[in-house]
Amino acid sequence: MPQIKSLDELRNLRQQVERDISTRRHTGTTIIVGMGTCGIAAGARDTMHAILEELRKREIDANVTTVGCIGMCAKEPLVDVEQAGQPRVTYGNVTPDMVPRMIEEHLVKGQVVEEWVVGRLQSS
Amino acid sequence: MRELSLHVLDLLENSLAAGASQIRLGIEEDTRANLLVITVADNGRGMDRETQALAVGPFYTTRTTRHVGLGLPLLKAAAERCEGGLELHSEVGVGTTVRVSFQRDHIDRAPMGDLVSTLMGALLSSRRGWDLVFTHRFDQHEFGLDTSEARELLGDVPLTHPAVREWLESYLRQGYEELYEQGAG
Ligand SMILES: Nc1ncnc2c1ncn2[C@@H]1O[C@H](COP(=O)(O)OP(=O)(O)O)[C@@H](O)[C@H]1O
Ligand SMILES: [Mg+2]
Repeated sequence: MPQIKSLDELRNLRQQVERDISTRRHTGTTIIVGMGTCGIAAGARDTMHAILEELRKREIDANVTTVGCIGMCAKEPLVDVEQAGQPRVTYGNVTPDMVPRMIEEHLVKGQVVEEWVVGRLQSS
Repeated sequence: MRELSLHVLDLLENSLAAGASQIRLGIEEDTRANLLVITVADNGRGMDRETQALAVGPFYTTRTTRHVGLGLPLLKAAAERCEGGLELHSEVGVGTTVRVSFQRDHIDRAPMGDLVSTLMGALLSSRRGWDLVFTHRFDQHEFGLDTSEARELLGDVPLTHPAVREWLESYLRQGYEELYEQGAG
């Protein structure tokens, strides 16, 4: 019978995470997915799912968070990539099939996929 | 909308946008009564009577851009097509409860779809200071998650931490597999 997961495992996970912080190099990347009504209607949830899958498969350490409406509804799904010391890059109309390339080029090679960019914000 | 779980995510996002610190999501599937009920209750800013009427009315939108297949009026219409309905209870400064019901085996009832991704979408919210109590009942079987319990065990480690996020997702996927296996058995 497969091991049934219990919430108590989070206690051990916490200890592991707290130990790892000192040994593992943090990529310092945060990926932000717009999850307002327009985003959801345009497929943002599946885009988020594709991002989580790709990061898991490639064992890339990046934070993923969701935010409400950002006010660029026609360009949803919107995905921002934020890296320390870099301008925050906003990609528009990001469908799940675009996710592997976005992660390969931006997160792995450090090259912004210019043709998909719809906005940039200087880091504060 | 092709999946009810997308409506569920929209409801959760409404509660988050309303500044709620406590959100309850209940999903009940009762095969004997042939009923599917989804309830989202929050303690967010609430709506006055006028806004409530507008929010479920057919032509209210605060937006000018496309808004395909989502929002309260469309969810209401989807429920009514399935011999169910949508009830909205809200009080300014107290909170909002949305209860949607469907005849479970109705031919027009959209499938639940990927509830795990819906839950992850909410759990990964960048907003701070809120908790979700989630329960899914399938006949006599039940599965759920209370984020305040998870946060308690995690201390300063956030739900959005990559390792925690992966653990939560597989916890939810496994929980759902078991729920539906038990329900079928
Ligand atoms: N849980 C809630 N708490 C407070 N206000 C809400 C809630 N849900 C919906 N509303 C109000 O109803 C409006 C319409 O909601 P909805 O149909 O989901 O469209 P949208 O979220 O895109 O505005 C919202 O803009 C908001 O003013
Ligand atoms: Mg909404």
